[in-house]
Amino acid sequence: MTYIIYIALFFMIIGLSLSAVRFVKGPTAGDRVVALDTLTIIIVSGLVLLSYVFDRFIYMDVALVYAVLGFIGVIVIARYLEGAL
Amino acid sequence: MAFVILMFFLIALMIGAAIYAIVQKDLLYAVIATGVISLILSALFFLLQAPDVALTEAAIGVALTTIIFIITIRNTVRNEDEFKDKDDIKSAVK
Amino acid sequence: MSLFEIIGGLFIVLGSIFLFLGGLGIFRMPDVYNRLQAGTKATTLGAMSVIFGVGIIQLENDWTWLLKAMIILIFIAFSNPISSHALARAMCKGKAYPFIKSKDKDINAYKEFIDNQKMEEE
Repeated sequence: MTYIIYIALFFMIIGLSLSAVRFVKGPTAGDRVVALDTLTIIIVSGLVLLSYVFDRFIYMDVALVYAVLGFIGVIVIARYLEGAL
Repeated sequence: MAFVILMFFLIALMIGAAIYAIVQKDLLYAVIATGVISLILSALFFLLQAPDVALTEAAIGVALTTIIFIITIRNTVRNEDEFKDKDDIKSAVK
Repeated sequence: MSLFEIIGGLFIVLGSIFLFLGGLGIFRMPDVYNRLQAGTKATTLGAMSVIFGVGIIQLENDWTWLLKAMIILIFIAFSNPISSHALARAMCKGKAYPFIKSKDKDINAYKEFIDNQKMEEE
């Protein structure tokens, strides 16, 4: 079971690095916001996996708060780019 | 050992985002970089077994800080080079 | 290893591979719309699979993990397409043209379409 956790964390770290490279490189504002969205989703799933590793039930609340609140920032930036805020 | 490697990777990512937010001239990109910093800092608090601090950081850093900074940019200029007079702050307000 | 651990581990590995593919799509795609497609759809499937796998693994000890995992999963399924839609709408109104291969440079078609859409709304 330990090797499965290591494999999953390895893939998540590579996904995080590629998104961070796009965040630095991206030519327009939309690319950076998409990279932020992808980083948020990958970190949410990583937090749920780590709460299984630590074996505490209450640690999943952090992932729940991220899943509820994570998209508000993206929507506010999108409304600003649209010019309607 | 694996968690130490994960923690150092996250710290490196956070410092890179912080340097990017300082160097960048476009203020909207700096605000997005601030969101990335808050996200990774919350994951670090989680790894250090402090879920209550991580929860507060998630609620404040992701939603509240981004909204307030975006409203501020809406009322002032977006690019740093568009300041008419760098010493007078009131020249930035539209 | 029990049966729950085998099934849950399969879900977790599959989901993490999808998360990696989402990051790769963000890195490789040439255009804002393609990046939006790769970075939102693949990542949604990956996150749902990982969270469901964790709920399945803990099913033999405590069934309330699966309940909380389902709540997180429902919130992800609601919130992720909303942000993707809002961003695509903002990009379309901000005149971001789609990527076209250099073989057939016919960018004027998209330009005319987007300009007409802007004029109709005004």
